[in-house]
Amino acid sequence: MIFAAILAGGVGSRMGGTDTPKQFLTLGDKPVIIHTIEKFVINSKFDKILVLSPPNFINHTNNLINEYFGEDNNIVVLKGGNTRNDTIINSINYIKENFDIDDDSIIVTHDSVRPFVTHRIIEDNINAAIEFGACDTVVPATDTIVESVDGEIIKDIPLRDNFYQGQTPQSFKINKLYELINSLSDNETNILTDACKIFVLKGEDVHLVEGEITNIKITYPYDLKLANTILKE
Amino acid sequence: MINIVYRLKSPKFFEEAIDNIELKDVVVRPTYLSICQADQRYYQGSRPSDVLLEKLPMALIHEAVGEVIFDSKNVFKPGDKVVMIPNTPFGRDEFRPNYSKLSKFRGSGFDGFTSDLVCLKHDRLVKLPSDFDLKVSSFIELMTVAYQGIMKFNEFKKASCNILGVWGDGNLGYITALFLKELCPDSKIIVFGKHIENLNLFSFADETYLIHDVPKGLKIDHAFECVGSAASQSAIEQIIDLINPQGTINLFGVSEYPIPINTRMVLEKGLTLQGNSRSEREDFEGVVDILQKDPQLFNYLSKLVTNVCEIKSLDDLKMSFDMDYISDFGKTILKWEI
Repeated sequence: MIFAAILAGGVGSRMGGTDTPKQFLTLGDKPVIIHTIEKFVINSKFDKILVLSPPNFINHTNNLINEYFGEDNNIVVLKGGNTRNDTIINSINYIKENFDIDDDSIIVTHDSVRPFVTHRIIEDNINAAIEFGACDTVVPATDTIVESVDGEIIKDIPLRDNFYQGQTPQSFKINKLYELINSLSDNETNILTDACKIFVLKGEDVHLVEGEITNIKITYPYDLKLANTILKE
Repeated sequence: MINIVYRLKSPKFFEEAIDNIELKDVVVRPTYLSICQADQRYYQGSRPSDVLLEKLPMALIHEAVGEVIFDSKNVFKPGDKVVMIPNTPFGRDEFRPNYSKLSKFRGSGFDGFTSDLVCLKHDRLVKLPSDFDLKVSSFIELMTVAYQGIMKFNEFKKASCNILGVWGDGNLGYITALFLKELCPDSKIIVFGKHIENLNLFSFADETYLIHDVPKGLKIDHAFECVGSAASQSAIEQIIDLINPQGTINLFGVSEYPIPINTRMVLEKGLTLQGNSRSEREDFEGVVDILQKDPQLFNYLSKLVTNVCEIKSLDDLKMSFDMDYISDFGKTILKWEI
């Protein structure tokens, strides 16, 4: 079985100037999150689309989904967790409780604030997760990466050719992801900022899927302004 | 829904752009596309500068097949293979939609098929049998141009049809001659061309001649001009010379410049000149039907597939156009993976 998890659990502390989480702000003529969900709704391969929402926005998310997709849809809204890791765990728990999945079942996790994801990227994720077990969407790094530990002096300037910028989706075989999450130590859990890192920490291969420079994440007010500008072009 | 479109911004320069499509009608993912001379003229910047200024940025390519992703009315199923019809009526009048001013053409009047997804009305899609070769099917649109010209010719022809002449040894000449052989099996098909290597590939034709080496006294009943550009002048001149009275000349070749025609001889022979451009739904259905009835046609048509390029980036797209430009014969097919 194939599931999508649209991760909208965060409250967008970096957006500034607004109390509304960034996924609910308007891009063009509809909320960012609706643009994102549309990309998954049109893909018939998904058995269920999970939307993980901040607890106090669950009703709002449900209302939006009913407004744009009708009440007879393939989407369920769930409570997000405090961290990205918790949010993914909530997704897996829901799937395990409601579906009879096997070891080949996969989950495609995606930031709700990346509405420019393409159909091709989603398809490549599905195919890579099925074939390799785990994949991450990336684009080659264009800026030189500078490493500094103290924030004052450069420690190293690694070879840019070996570096990529991580986007989403990130996709996994569900049972494998669940098994690895449960095997994490507290220390390992504390340093997790990225679901793919769970696989990397445990020595499992994560396959690269080519992203797009247009697959931007709307994190700052500037990003939303930029997204609205390119949408109107 | 947000869609990524890959547009030609200026000659030889593609860019990503964001477009908005409504989740109504049918959403199709392009799978195989084919470059046409018309696309090349935009890419190379050989259209007049005011035309380029008016039309660019615009996504190119009007020959393509794809896979249905989503259908708001469930007429098509996800995964159905379809050929996309580039001519798009925005109203109806008494004229055939491919000649109506109320229609727009993809890759000319608005965005072509180089995008992540394409949204089309149901009547702009024709389902393909699952066993069709998709590389060959990608240029069904070009076949429909030949097909509609032949169908029109069948309606208007006045004189006998013993000998049909095709001028041009390029892609359209090849398809037109092949379809004439299929649709007019009682006629003798003679192809006139300039390149011996190309003419050698027309093995299905009854006779082929180099244009400067035509036997004395040879006459034809009707002609199909598939030359285009400035060279169509000499082709039409030769056709008027060889054609029997009351014959029909079907013109297919596009030229950026006005082509002088010997009207005195057109009058004297009572000739009919028939212009042909683009095509409509019934032509697509007709082509799919003849391809289905005679799968051998795929074998002949696959000879036209000379380049297959995997497109994963805008650089790949640019390289495919450059490769196509230096190809003497055949079609450049784009396996769309961007």
